[in-house]
Amino acid sequence: MSEGVVNVSYISATILFILALGGLSNQETARRGNWYGIIGMTIALIATIASDNVTANLDKLIIALLVGGSIGLLLARRVQMTQMPELVAILHSLVGIAAVAVGFANFMGHAGGYEGVEKTIHDIETYVGILIGAVTFSGSVIAFGKLSGRIGGSPLLLPARHWLNLGLLIGSVWFGIQFVEQSAAGGGMEPLIYMTIIALLFGIHMVMAIGGADMPVVVSMLNSYSGWAASATGFMLGNDLLIVTGALVGSSGAILSYIMCRAMNRKFLNVIAGGFGTGGGSSSGGGSEEQGEVVAISSHETAELLAGAKEVMIIPGYGMAVAQAQHTVFEITKVLRDKGVNVRFGIHPVAGRMPGHMNVLLAEAKVPYDIVFEMDEINDDFPEVDVSVVIGANDIVNPSALTDPDSPIAGMPVLECWKGKTTIVMKRSMATGYAGVQNPLFFKENTRMLFGDAKEMLDEVFKTL
Amino acid sequence: MRIGVPKELHAGERRVATTPDVATQLQKLGFTVAVESGAGNESSFTDDAYRDAGCDIASAHDIWSESDIIVKVRAPNDDEAGKLGNNQTLISFLWPGQNPELLSRLTNTGGTVMAMDSVPRISRAQKMDALSSMANIGGYRAIVEAAQHFGRFFTGQITAAGKVPPAKVLVIGAGVAGLAAIGAAKSMGAIVRAFDTRPEVKEQVESMDAEFLMLDFEDDEDGSGEGGYAKVMSEEFIRAEMALFAEQAKDVDIIVTTALIPGKPAPKLITAETARSMKDGSVIVDLAAEQGGNCELTVAGEVIKDSGVTVIGYTDLPSRLAAQSSQLYATNIRHLLTDLTPEKDGNINVDMEDEVIRGATVCKDGETTWPPPAPKLSAAPPKAEPEPLPVVSAEDEKRGVLGPIIGMALGGLALLGLGAVAPDSFLDHFTVFVLACFVGYMVIWNVSPALHTPLMSVTNAISSIIIIGALLQISSPDKLIMWIAVATALITAINIAGGFAVTRRMLEMFRK
Repeated sequence: MSEGVVNVSYISATILFILALGGLSNQETARRGNWYGIIGMTIALIATIASDNVTANLDKLIIALLVGGSIGLLLARRVQMTQMPELVAILHSLVGIAAVAVGFANFMGHAGGYEGVEKTIHDIETYVGILIGAVTFSGSVIAFGKLSGRIGGSPLLLPARHWLNLGLLIGSVWFGIQFVEQSAAGGGMEPLIYMTIIALLFGIHMVMAIGGADMPVVVSMLNSYSGWAASATGFMLGNDLLIVTGALVGSSGAILSYIMCRAMNRKFLNVIAGGFGTGGGSSSGGGSEEQGEVVAISSHETAELLAGAKEVMIIPGYGMAVAQAQHTVFEITKVLRDKGVNVRFGIHPVAGRMPGHMNVLLAEAKVPYDIVFEMDEINDDFPEVDVSVVIGANDIVNPSALTDPDSPIAGMPVLECWKGKTTIVMKRSMATGYAGVQNPLFFKENTRMLFGDAKEMLDEVFKTL
Repeated sequence: MRIGVPKELHAGERRVATTPDVATQLQKLGFTVAVESGAGNESSFTDDAYRDAGCDIASAHDIWSESDIIVKVRAPNDDEAGKLGNNQTLISFLWPGQNPELLSRLTNTGGTVMAMDSVPRISRAQKMDALSSMANIGGYRAIVEAAQHFGRFFTGQITAAGKVPPAKVLVIGAGVAGLAAIGAAKSMGAIVRAFDTRPEVKEQVESMDAEFLMLDFEDDEDGSGEGGYAKVMSEEFIRAEMALFAEQAKDVDIIVTTALIPGKPAPKLITAETARSMKDGSVIVDLAAEQGGNCELTVAGEVIKDSGVTVIGYTDLPSRLAAQSSQLYATNIRHLLTDLTPEKDGNINVDMEDEVIRGATVCKDGETTWPPPAPKLSAAPPKAEPEPLPVVSAEDEKRGVLGPIIGMALGGLALLGLGAVAPDSFLDHFTVFVLACFVGYMVIWNVSPALHTPLMSVTNAISSIIIIGALLQISSPDKLIMWIAVATALITAINIAGGFAVTRRMLEMFRK
């Protein structure tokens, strides 16, 4: 296949990828968008394989593609919706390791035969590509471990961790200079390997220092990195398709990170620097001590309250995912809607461990998406809501985010369920949420606490209904 | 300790201070309970029911002489007050403000007396707020009494025999009793209007689907006094509200008045003239009758008829719903006793450090402890220091202006530097890269937040385009490079297939 045809194929693949992302603007076009993505990928693969660059070892390639493809399909079929964050994280790590491998292979092949400035730039591209790839890889593996519970969720805070990060950064820059110098003389493998180790350590350290509830930011950030890694590889190979696709993915992940940070009213750097809830001594003293009595409620009474309401708002949190309660939630929703109760769902952007996590879980339980609303859409409706049900969520419904300027979560937008007539909070205990702040919502007069495992409690509520 | 429940002696009082249900729960706190024979008869609790609940049935003398704690509804009469011993505790309504002689008599006995009407009105003490429980019943009963004397339906109907308009009810004073009356009248189908001098109750009234009457008054005078009660209003204000009532009286069928100001005679809001201007068959229920009445025609304790208008001045409305009010009152008492026995060992501990118990105790050890010190306002949280905030925001603002300018300048310089040294081939790619970033930026902002997870899995799949790097290397003659490329192709293939498949699976689930 001639160079021109390959390029045209790459252009069409690029357009199809953009359409795939554009299709996600709503549920109707999203499925078509996914097909665009698949077609684009197929075109790109076929064009590359058929190009003059691939001349030998086709058999091995086909086997690798088939084996890898089957594993991928199997994973996609097996995974449970509650495990989506883990799957996404581990898939990110694959992009990272691929970027590292391509970078090394490219360097070893000494392809291109560049000279002078071009050579320097090419080396820097290789170096940066491997760097980002390695950070993405180790970071994603740790994120996977944290999300799947193999590694504890609490942030690991090494002493002088900021200095450690700075040291790693300086080290990688220094090795970068070494690499470019030695590469010009024909060597350079050693600094490249050292840098890869540093980058791997950096990825591990960065994600280890970030706690469980900041995971949406981490996952979307790693998503972004995997894109930048692809883009850097594109520069290295002089391939526009890689550059464009990587840039699309990179900006997508960056925007997601930004949205998540905004939803928690935190600066991106703060999240990355880690250790949320441990800094700022004011969190334990002063205004947050205001307590009162909580009023418990039984599942039986909950059912009665729900049956008697006209407007019900369900606010799911990570606790619902942990308890796998989404199906029961939908059963209850169905019963109530049949009785003419207007049941809606209010989703906070950072509910769960991944952007859009709650939406996916509810969709899995067949909750129709037109009764699932974003925080901004429904926050003004709470005064008309008779009963709000908070399932395994805490910080996203904490009124002190708005009222207490000393609170660690001050300024974070929250679902204002306390403005409704009654709020039922399902929780296992009175423990504080991830941010470690007491939630005054629990002590409000119109709040009732339903203690116990969310799934069991909801099952009982469902039976009573 | 033994709790004694004597029969109420006040004429017409039907309530009793403990029900069999509550008696069982009191025993769980470690108390024994003795009830005077026949104490519950009027509220449909027989001696047998008490006996089944594990209570002793005793004579009045036995109750007063042998019990450690006496619980009652009405304040003790002179005879009863004399019987109180110095080691006994009496819990009942007392109204120490209105009955100073009784208070001094009780103080002299040396016993401890707790007044249910002096329980402070704070959130924690709501469960023992007997005034609210009784007011709630009073408000409900007021509507039942009104219905009894009103010759028509409350609800509007269109029947074969003609159209029935709904009754119009005006409730003056939207406290606990007023709100209960609004709820009862509303549930019977009437059109309900309500008036209150405290503007903050407007929301509560409207939440019950009633209409809140606004007074067209120039100064926004706020009638909220301490502890959620109303205060005395200015003369002009009263004149304006009386004019409003006079106008409303001609229109409505039923007026329920609940206006009370603590420690003052009830304000006269409905003049005789206003009352008489109502339609024949109209009903006025005056819940303030005991404190002199809100209506000039009211006779305390009686129902009178004047020019076709019935004026109900019963002072014992809660007692007219005796079983219900006994049950709620007994539960209020039980909550107070629960707070008094933190050890649940049947021994009370009158802890004067506890705000609620301190407030309720009117005399102890021969000393009058009423009125209590002003309650700490539980609603106001400790003020946070406001100073740091504005400083921070000012800094933010400065940074907000300077930040982008510095950033742009640096970015521009970096680009210039890059353009000066970089070869054309790199700049071509760089152009593509920058444009692609902007395209991504524009496209991603349109993605629906609900689809963020599919977005991540699909971007994950397409970022595996890095496989092209592996494809370009796979034909390398160098074995090591070739195998690295094969491995990379395998890994990225997992990612491509997995990413697209799982996205598809998720999107299939999103259904309308």
